[in-house]
Amino acid sequence: MTLGLHLGVLALLGGLQLVLPPFHHGMLARIMVLAAYAAGYNLLLGYAGLMSLGHAMFFAAGMYGTGLTIHYLGVGVITGFLLGVVAGLAVAAAVGLITLRTAGPAFLIVTMMLAQAFYLATLYFNEITGGDQGFILSGLHLDLAGRRLPLADPAVKYNVALVVFAACLLLNFWIVRSPAGRILLALRENEERTRLLGYNTPRYRLFAVTVSGLVAAVAGSAYTLLFSYVGSTFAGILYSIYPLLWALLGGAGTILGPLVGTLVMTYLVDVASSLTTGYLIVVGATLVVTILWVPAGIVGGIRARWAPWLP
Amino acid sequence: MSQDGAPTLSRRHFLQAGGLVAVGAHLPGPGVARAAAQTGQGPLRLGFQVHRTGIGAVYGRWYERTTMAAVKLINEKGGIGGRPVEIVAEDDGTDPKRGAEVVEKLAVQHKVDLIFGTLFSHVVIASAPRAGELKIPYIVVSEGYHVASGRLNRYVFQPGITDVRAQVTAVAPWILKNLGKKVTLIFPDYAFGHDHRDFFSRVATAQGGTIRALIPIPPTETSFTKYFPRVPADTEVLYHVMVGPGVLTFVKEMGEHFGARRPQIFGFIDSLEGVDLASPGLEFLEGTYFWEAFPRYAAATMPPHVRFYRERVGVNDNGASVNDPRDVSTFSHMFGCWETLFIIKRAVEQSGYKKPGAAGYRAFIETLEGFQSFPEGTEHPQGPKKFVGRLHQVFGRQVVSKVEKRRLTVIHRTAIEDSMYAPEADYTKQPL
Amino acid sequence: MSLEAHLFLALLEGTVGALVLALTALGLSLVFGVMRIVNVAHGAFFMLGAIVTWYVSTLLGSFLLALVVAPLVVGAVAVVADRLVLRPIGYEPESTIVATIGLLYILEQAVLMIYGPYARPVTAPIYFRVDFPSFGYSGYKLIVGGVAAILLVATWIALARTKLGLYMRATQQDREIAQAFAVPVGRVYTTAFGAGAGLAAVAGALIVPVQQAHYLMGLDALLLSFVVVILGGLGSLRGTLVAAFVVGLSDGAVSVLFSPTLAKIVATLLVALVLAVRGRGLFGEEIA
Repeated sequence: MTLGLHLGVLALLGGLQLVLPPFHHGMLARIMVLAAYAAGYNLLLGYAGLMSLGHAMFFAAGMYGTGLTIHYLGVGVITGFLLGVVAGLAVAAAVGLITLRTAGPAFLIVTMMLAQAFYLATLYFNEITGGDQGFILSGLHLDLAGRRLPLADPAVKYNVALVVFAACLLLNFWIVRSPAGRILLALRENEERTRLLGYNTPRYRLFAVTVSGLVAAVAGSAYTLLFSYVGSTFAGILYSIYPLLWALLGGAGTILGPLVGTLVMTYLVDVASSLTTGYLIVVGATLVVTILWVPAGIVGGIRARWAPWLP
Repeated sequence: MSQDGAPTLSRRHFLQAGGLVAVGAHLPGPGVARAAAQTGQGPLRLGFQVHRTGIGAVYGRWYERTTMAAVKLINEKGGIGGRPVEIVAEDDGTDPKRGAEVVEKLAVQHKVDLIFGTLFSHVVIASAPRAGELKIPYIVVSEGYHVASGRLNRYVFQPGITDVRAQVTAVAPWILKNLGKKVTLIFPDYAFGHDHRDFFSRVATAQGGTIRALIPIPPTETSFTKYFPRVPADTEVLYHVMVGPGVLTFVKEMGEHFGARRPQIFGFIDSLEGVDLASPGLEFLEGTYFWEAFPRYAAATMPPHVRFYRERVGVNDNGASVNDPRDVSTFSHMFGCWETLFIIKRAVEQSGYKKPGAAGYRAFIETLEGFQSFPEGTEHPQGPKKFVGRLHQVFGRQVVSKVEKRRLTVIHRTAIEDSMYAPEADYTKQPL
Repeated sequence: MSLEAHLFLALLEGTVGALVLALTALGLSLVFGVMRIVNVAHGAFFMLGAIVTWYVSTLLGSFLLALVVAPLVVGAVAVVADRLVLRPIGYEPESTIVATIGLLYILEQAVLMIYGPYARPVTAPIYFRVDFPSFGYSGYKLIVGGVAAILLVATWIALARTKLGLYMRATQQDREIAQAFAVPVGRVYTTAFGAGAGLAAVAGALIVPVQQAHYLMGLDALLLSFVVVILGGLGSLRGTLVAAFVVGLSDGAVSVLFSPTLAKIVATLLVALVLAVRGRGLFGEEIA
C-alpha cells in the first residue's frame, strides 16, 4: 500500500504535465529537482537525526562537477552527470569523515564552515569557475536510444526532472525499508544505545552523510543540466538553508515531506515576490512558525493524526 | 552605494503613474493612427527585469525611474506602433537563479512581448540561456562584454549602452598619454573586473605602457585598507573600478591611505555611481579623473536634448533626484534604459512586429540586427551611436572628466571609432 | 612601501580589526556561554544596530545618541524574540538554531521593506586622517578601536563584579544548581539574550561610519564571529578575545602577503577542523 501511494504520487506528477499551463509546468519541473535536493537532505535530518547547514556544497559539487567537465572537456550530458555525482560523492565522503565525531550543533557548525570554505573557493578560483558570474551551458542534448533530445525542450526538461525525482524518492523509500535505514533511525533515537547493541555507529553515520550528499549532488547536477547555469550563488548559505526549510516544513523523516515542503515554499515565495520586495520574509516566518507550532511538518502532522502507516 | 534620504516618490506610486500613462495616453502622432488601425491590439507589454533588491538595488531604482520617464514620453507621443506601452516589472533580487525564473515568469506567465533592462552580469549570464530557450528577445543594459563576446545567444542584445571592452579601449590611450605609463589596476575579482584587467592591459602594453600591479578585490570584501599597500611606489597611475554596497568605503579608504602622496588616479565612475562626490572623506579626489559615459553634472553648454532628458528623468544639476538632493543617480548607466526603449520602438515599428511568436520575433530580431547607427537627439541623448549587428552591441562616445571643486568637469570626449575593436562573434549566423 | 611600513600597517589594521571583531563576537559568546544556544541571528542584530544608528543620526542628528539608542532598541527586539520564540521551544539546541535562522530572515527582510535596499552612509562624529611616513590611516577607526577596548573591559567588569554577572556565571556553570540557589534562570536567559544582541548592536553602530548601513551587512559579521567564538572556545569570553586577536592580526599579516580570500578559506577550514577534532574550541567547553 505505501509503495503504491508513492508510485501513485509519481504517476500523478507524470500526468500533470499534460494538463498544466506552461508557467506551472516549468515551475513544477524546477520544484521536482529541488525536491530531490530536499529529499537528500531529509535522509540525514529525518532518518539519521543530523542537522546540516552545509548541503549547498554537495549540491554545488554536483553542479560544478557536471558543469566544468561539460564546459571545459566537452563531455556529453550523461558523462557530465556521472562526473558531477562522483564529485558530490567525493565531497560528501570527505565531509562525512571530517565530521565523524561531531554531533548536534557542532555538526551543524562544522558543515556550515566547510560549506563556506567551499563557497569561497568557488570565488577564489574564479578563473576556472567564473565565480559570482558563473557560466552557461548551452545547447545540451540527451542522446537516448538513438534520439537526440534537447534539454531546453519543456517536455524533456519536465520528464528528466521527474526521473531524477522519482529515482531519489525510490532510493529514499528503499533505504528506509532496508536494515541500514532502521539502524539510522536507531541512531537518531539513541546513538549510545545503538553503539552498545554492537553496531558500528560511525560507519552508519558516514553512510548517511555520504548518501545524503550524493542525492544532493544528483539534484545539483540535474539542476545545472536543466537550467543551463553554473555559479557560486548556489554554493552560498541560502542554498544550505533552503533544503532544511523544505524538509522541515514538509516533515522531516517522511518520504513525501520534501516534495510537499518544496512545492508549498516555492509557490509561497513566488506569490510573496509579487506583493513585496522583502519576499524572503516568508522563508523566515515559515521557519519560525514551523518550529513553534508544527515541528513535525505538514506530512509529519498528517502522519501523526490520520495516517500512522506513512513512511 | 547610495546617499539616500527618505524615499521621495514611492515605487508603487511611480509604477501607478507609469501604468496610468500607459493605459490612458492616446495622443496619436502622424502616421500612428494607421499603425493602430492595422493592429487593433492592446498595449505593447514590455517585461522589465529589475534589481529592486540585492546588491544592484541602487542601479535598479534609477533604471526604473529612467524607464518610466521614457515610457511616459513614448506614450505621450502615441506609443509604439500606435499601441501604448505597458511595463511589467519583476524584481530579480540581483540573484542569478531568480533572474532566470523572472525571465520565465515574464515570458510564460505574463506573456510579455519583449524583456529588457537587466544590469548585473551574473544575472544576465544566468538569464540569457532561458530567454534563448523560450525564444524571446532579451535586451540588456548591462555594459558587460558578455554580449559582444559571442557567449550568449541570438535573442540577446545590448543596443543601449557601450560595453566595458569598448569603454576601456577608448580611454586607455588618453590615460597613457596624459597621466603616465606605469599603471596599477584595482578591480573586482570577477568577470566584470577581469574585462577591465584584460582589455586595459592589452591596450596599455601595446601602446608602451607597463602594468605595475594587478590588485583584484574579492566580491565579498567590506574593508579595503589592506589592499592599498600593494600598490608599488613607482606607480604613476592608479586605475580603479569597483561595484557593490562597499564602493564609498573603498574610495574613502583609498583617500585615507594615500592622502596628498597619491599617484595620478583614474577611476571608472562605477566606483562612485549613486554616491555624492561631496561626501566627507572624498576630498582627496580633487584633481583626479573619471571615465563617464554621460556627464553627471550639468554644464552650461548642454545641448537641449540633454537638458530635456534630465528634466524628464527628474535629475538636478548635480545628477541627483530633483526631489531629494541626497539621492544621487547612476547617471552613466541609466540612460541605457531610455535609449533601449527608443530602439525597441524603432525596431518594433520598422519590423511590423505585432505579437509574440516565431514570425514576429524573427522580423524584430532581423530588423534590429540591420540597424547601423542612431543619431544623437531626444531618443539618444548620450550621443550618436554605431550598432554592430553581428555583435548585437552598440558603440558610443566616452567621456573623461576631472574632479574640480567636488564636481566632475568634462575634459575629453572620445570618438565612437576609438572604442571599436575587431569583432570576434557573429550572432546573425545562429539559427532562430 | 617598505617591509617595516607594511608590517606596521598590518599591526595597526589587525589590532583595530581584532578589537571590533571581539566586540562583535562577544555577544555571541555570552549567549552561548549562559544559554548553551547558537544564535544565528547575531549578525542580524549587528546589522539592525547599524540601521538604527542611521535613523537616529539622520533624524535626530546625533551619533552619540544613536550609540545609546541602538543597543536599547535591538536589545528590546531580542527580548521580545526570546519570549515569543525561544522560550516556548525550551531552548532546545537544534530548534533554536532553526528559529534563529528564521529570525535572521525576518529581521533582514523587514529592514529591506522599511529601510530599503540601499547602503547609506553615516557621517563619523570625528573625522581626521593620521599621516604616517608612508601611508595614512583613518583617525575614526583608531577611536573605534579604543571605544571597543573600553566596552570589552566594561563587559568583563560587569560580569565579574555585579550581581547579574554572578547570576550569569552561575547559570553558565550549572543551570540546575543555580536554580536551586534561587537564581532566576529564566530572567537571566532573557537578559543574556538581550545583552548579547545589544553588544552586537553597539559594534554595528560603531562600524557604520566606516561601512555604511546595508541590510545584508550582517552575514559577514556572523561568520567572522563564529570563527572567533569557536576558535576561542564556545562560551569562553577570554578565549573569544584571544581568538579575535589571533584572527585579526594574522588576517592583517596574511592579507598583505597572500590573497585575503585564500586567508579566509584557510581560516574557515581551520575552524571547522578544530571543532571537528576537539568538539570545543581551543579554550572552551564541549558543545553537546
